[in-house]
Amino acid sequence: MSDQTNQSLAPSKPRPWKNPRVHGWVAQITLLLGVVLFFAYIFHNTQVNMQAHGISTGFSFLSQPAGFGIIQSLIPYTPASTYGRTFLVGLLNTVMISVLGIFFATIVGLIIGLARLSHNWLIAKLAAIYIETFRNIPLLLQVFFWYFAVVETMPSPRQSLHIGDVIFLNIRGVYLPEPVFGPGSGFILGALILAIIAVIFIKRWAHNRQMRTGQQFHTVWVSLGILILLPLLTFFAVGAPLTWSLPKLQGFNFTGGLAVIPELTALVIALTIYTASSIAEIVRSGILSVSHGQTEAASSLGLKRGHVMRLVVLPQALRVIIPPLTSQYLNLTKNSSLATAIGYPDLVNVFAGTTLNQTGQAVVIIAMTMGVYLSISLLISLFMNWYNHRKRLIER
Amino acid sequence: MKTLRLVAAGTALTLAMVAGTASAGATFDAVKKKGFVQCGVNTGLPGFSNIDDKGHWKGLDVDVCRAVAAAMFGDASKVKYTPLNAKERFTALQSGEIDMLSRNTTWTLTRDASLGITFTGVNYYDGQGFLVKKSLGVKKASELSGATVCVQSGTTTELNLADYFRSHNMKFTPVTFDTGDATEKAFESGRCDALTSDQSQLYAWKAVLKDPSSAEVLPDVISKEPLGPSVRQGDVQWFNIVKWSLFAMQDAEGLGITSNNVDDLRAHSKNPAIVRFLGKEGDFGKMLGVSNDWAYNIVKQVGNYAQSFDRNVGKDSPLKIRRGLNALWKDGGIMYAPPWQ
Ligand SMILES: N[C@@H](CCC(=O)N[C@@H](CS)C(=O)NCC(=O)O)C(=O)O
Repeated sequence: MSDQTNQSLAPSKPRPWKNPRVHGWVAQITLLLGVVLFFAYIFHNTQVNMQAHGISTGFSFLSQPAGFGIIQSLIPYTPASTYGRTFLVGLLNTVMISVLGIFFATIVGLIIGLARLSHNWLIAKLAAIYIETFRNIPLLLQVFFWYFAVVETMPSPRQSLHIGDVIFLNIRGVYLPEPVFGPGSGFILGALILAIIAVIFIKRWAHNRQMRTGQQFHTVWVSLGILILLPLLTFFAVGAPLTWSLPKLQGFNFTGGLAVIPELTALVIALTIYTASSIAEIVRSGILSVSHGQTEAASSLGLKRGHVMRLVVLPQALRVIIPPLTSQYLNLTKNSSLATAIGYPDLVNVFAGTTLNQTGQAVVIIAMTMGVYLSISLLISLFMNWYNHRKRLIER
Repeated sequence: MKTLRLVAAGTALTLAMVAGTASAGATFDAVKKKGFVQCGVNTGLPGFSNIDDKGHWKGLDVDVCRAVAAAMFGDASKVKYTPLNAKERFTALQSGEIDMLSRNTTWTLTRDASLGITFTGVNYYDGQGFLVKKSLGVKKASELSGATVCVQSGTTTELNLADYFRSHNMKFTPVTFDTGDATEKAFESGRCDALTSDQSQLYAWKAVLKDPSSAEVLPDVISKEPLGPSVRQGDVQWFNIVKWSLFAMQDAEGLGITSNNVDDLRAHSKNPAIVRFLGKEGDFGKMLGVSNDWAYNIVKQVGNYAQSFDRNVGKDSPLKIRRGLNALWKDGGIMYAPPWQ
């Protein structure tokens, strides 16, 4: 009785099983428990099944020696290295090809996109032809084309094309002089970092000054000067500790120097050209999305054409460009797995391919590979989201 | 796309293992029920498994599939083929996409013990060698230090290559491709100084070069490659059928039974071994779970081992490979099939 009176006086405390918040929690916990149990069951079931089929499981194979060679590796690798190492080698090669591809595709895409909007009829048409051609040919064909039709028509090592005795080009790749830094090189790196910090400060200062006084500062030239001069002076100050390792023909192949294998070149070219055609269209639509009134207004303020593009149009266009651009970056990363068709040692090739085959660890290896691609994609997405957030329109 | 297929097969296997659908011990029954053998073969290797100009699969490995179909159904044509590259083959077998694998595959301990598959025998004794451009002037494998070598990934070849150079303290650069085609093309274009594979395949590769006389096979053999069919573990009855279908071809050669004289021998022979073999006496087929004339069907429709060898890779084929190790034990080779009783 008194309960009831209490309740009618203080209706804010319903019975726990009638409390919507408790309901919510219970539902969440049940769901979570269900999900955990589900995955535990799947995990267990998989193990039992694999055992029943005589397929060995687990991660222990990662510490076994791989026993096969890999043509390109950013970290030391020999056939005596482990499968775990193979994973890292493949992962780094995938990251490298993705970074190179994204870098070049962005530049080429931006140029072609702007070219397509050019008032010059010929340039605009050429850009349009580029886009329509490369966007519509399957990427795999393009990869094969650049590898077999172009790269592989290079001369043999003994007939290399060369620039002096320092750069060689043949079917085995491009051979460049490799800088070998001696003691004291740390100072040069330090100088470079210092220069970068200085440039950041100068930019801030110049910006503030322009805001206050309207005076412009030649930030670009000054920055460039600092970036080059400071490390250069340090370089000579510590006694120029730099030698070059030059490529030399020895026996069958060139040794020494820096070798860029044709598989890498072909893949970067193919990924760049293909993805750039999509990026170009994204850039174009982004720029067209900024109303022409903006350009007219900026021009009537007396801004030069370059400035109108750089200061008024592009920053607004970026907001439209970034989301689809992100998915192009993701596509490029995933497309880089076509590497295996021409023998570039990316993750899918050396790990989900060769390692899977030699060890038979399909489940673990496929899971690890999917995990890697998921992580790379999420990282790119996160970065682009952050960038997008920074570039968003701030209403004032 | 090949890689996609591998990843797809890998994913399928993962799903099968996760959900626990693939059950052991049922291959024989399943094959019987569906009425054909799903056989994994090479995508195209002259002499071993290759599509001829009429669209039929031909080759030494293909004949094993056909022999199994003849034993199971009395009809060697009851085979469906799944062309596989080196990387895809084991996953295809593990995941149940194929019932048996007959694709110039080397029998190794690792494969028997960790892949959930098991080899049923040897249909070709091979060994690894090198194909080099004549213009290099290389005469033996030990002169290959520093060479760039084209090789197909996911093979024992890839491992032996690294072993060989390591044990001889020589350097090499491997260029690794998914498919035989790409490997051969890269070698031809000069991307590599040498191409390495099982010897039998080297001759096939050499034959398809634009100028076959520009390359030569080095005399060195750097490994043992016993090639044979394999099946999933867990179904002994199926294992036995595949194993004994191949043995039957080799036994037939030993007994002098060929596709030409088999009907005659069935009608007239008094030799107890031949009478047993052709199913007129004893219940050998029944013991295996098939009809008693299973071996008769194999020889009648596929031929004995010698016939298959000569027709596909031997003297009646463009490859002209000598029997060598692959002759029967009594002819100086090491092919030896166990007796029936
Ligand atoms: N016997 C070796 C090699 C088998 C193999 O795949 N050989 C390659 C040449 S080394 C081949 O048959 N390529 C033909 C193709 O895939 O089209 C093994 O079992 O690992």
